[in-house]
Amino acid sequence: MFSDLLVSYGLILLGTILVNNFVLVQFLGLCPFMGVSKKLETATGMALATAFVLTLASAASWVVENSILQPLDLVYLRTPAFILIIAVLVQFTEMFMHKKAPLLYNVLGIFLPLITTNCAVLGVALLNVQKDHSFMQALVYGFGAAVGFCLVLVLFAAMRERLEAAEVPAAFKGAPIAMITAGLMSLAFMGFSGLISH
Amino acid sequence: MKFQTVSSPHKLGQTSVSRVMLKVLAALIPGTAVATAFFGWGVISNIVLAVGFALAAEAAMLLMTQRPVLRSLCDLSAVVTAWLLALALPAYSPFWLIAVGIIFAIVFAKQLYGGLGYNPFNPAMVGYVVLLISFPVYMTQWPEPTLGQPPLSIAETLQWVFGQRSDSTLDALTGATALDYSKIQLGQGATLNQIQSHAAFGHLGATAWEWIAVAYALGGVALIFLRVMPWHAPVAMLATLFGLASVFQLFDASQFHGGIFHSLSGGVMLGAFFIVTDPVSGCTSNRGRLYFGAGVGALVFIIRTWGGYPDGVAFAVLLMNMAAPMIDYYTKTPVFGTQTKGGERG
Repeated sequence: MFSDLLVSYGLILLGTILVNNFVLVQFLGLCPFMGVSKKLETATGMALATAFVLTLASAASWVVENSILQPLDLVYLRTPAFILIIAVLVQFTEMFMHKKAPLLYNVLGIFLPLITTNCAVLGVALLNVQKDHSFMQALVYGFGAAVGFCLVLVLFAAMRERLEAAEVPAAFKGAPIAMITAGLMSLAFMGFSGLISH
Repeated sequence: MKFQTVSSPHKLGQTSVSRVMLKVLAALIPGTAVATAFFGWGVISNIVLAVGFALAAEAAMLLMTQRPVLRSLCDLSAVVTAWLLALALPAYSPFWLIAVGIIFAIVFAKQLYGGLGYNPFNPAMVGYVVLLISFPVYMTQWPEPTLGQPPLSIAETLQWVFGQRSDSTLDALTGATALDYSKIQLGQGATLNQIQSHAAFGHLGATAWEWIAVAYALGGVALIFLRVMPWHAPVAMLATLFGLASVFQLFDASQFHGGIFHSLSGGVMLGAFFIVTDPVSGCTSNRGRLYFGAGVGALVFIIRTWGGYPDGVAFAVLLMNMAAPMIDYYTKTPVFGTQTKGGERG
């Protein structure tokens, strides 16, 4: 019984990190993926901040959905409610970082409050409702999405640092070649398809 | 009076890109010859078309980006990429399939990044994966291996490659490879004992493929002994794949192929000695190469055993290409004189 549960959580983790990676397979959260992947250090900071928000938002939105919205028949307020939760969490993360890591706070700049509009965060919260997850499932799903996001963001940042030295044709310098690289990464992730049968 | 002083190095090596590429091409010849003996003219037609398209695509891109055309064409890197892609494609592939694969390999994966030396992904594998995802039917139509008697004559091969493919000949010519067949049958609940009597299974690996693999390995080992490339990545890849497969075979021999079958089927040997050893898209330190190769081996086993694709070499290589800069970051060779924590010289 307990081992079955563990296996199911393991499959959710594997599914969200590799098979249905939020960035490379479901194409959610592309703005920070493109925006803060120029340097490895900032990318790592951003990845951790987003991961924190993602996991907490996934759990918090589940609680709000199941203990407030559904009992009170307010499901039509789901989207604004979730955005409010995410915004609060982001604000909390921002205050924490401002105090504890002021340098990273300055480097991340506008991208930190923009976690609020990271579609992966809202996407995870909404997919939890759609897939009818339990609380633990929602927590694991959010955590898996966060780990998957961190993984590809950090790998992408390391690749982009190496691309800086490449003699890319003028028309493709900067964002275009980053887009092409992201596309090729997504192509590589297609290899994981079918790893978990739903 | 004036003395001429010449600074070191006084003895110049004989390495240049084109010499290395020539050696790689020479090492590919045994494998190509064995593949031709089993599959007929289709292997040659693949190679000729791929090399032609690759040179054309490379020249066009070099002209557009205003780089020296002849010098880059003569380094033979495009020929090696095309040759590898041609060997990975099913024999008798139609010309447009080869053209699409080559365009993605040369234009997108190589020239848009600035040409040789800058490509983060292995170009041949990018071309292969694009084709595998876009045209899965064409990519699984491997002809049945027939030793010594080519299934189609030269004229028929040309006709086949440039247009008329009749479905009745197609059915007669092609058959499932051992990897395809075992993936489908294992998925339907069969055990390995039941399916190993199928004609696609040979003595050690898959019929014909085992000997082609051995020929690739011979060429690859020769390259390692000539010090054209280091041994770390191929050895790590094969050891990991072999080890994982053996452990799982011990665990349940009715569901998991053994290490020898995995090593000698599909694209493993071609990948291990000619793709994973790519100095550009791989890792730069020897320790990094070990991790890189081990990662490819593990991913090949995972994708083959539990994934949706029968052979995972191309995906595994691209996934590890993605991770290569990160591996390099953590396996940097310490600068001479660096003190490590224990007080030893790093």
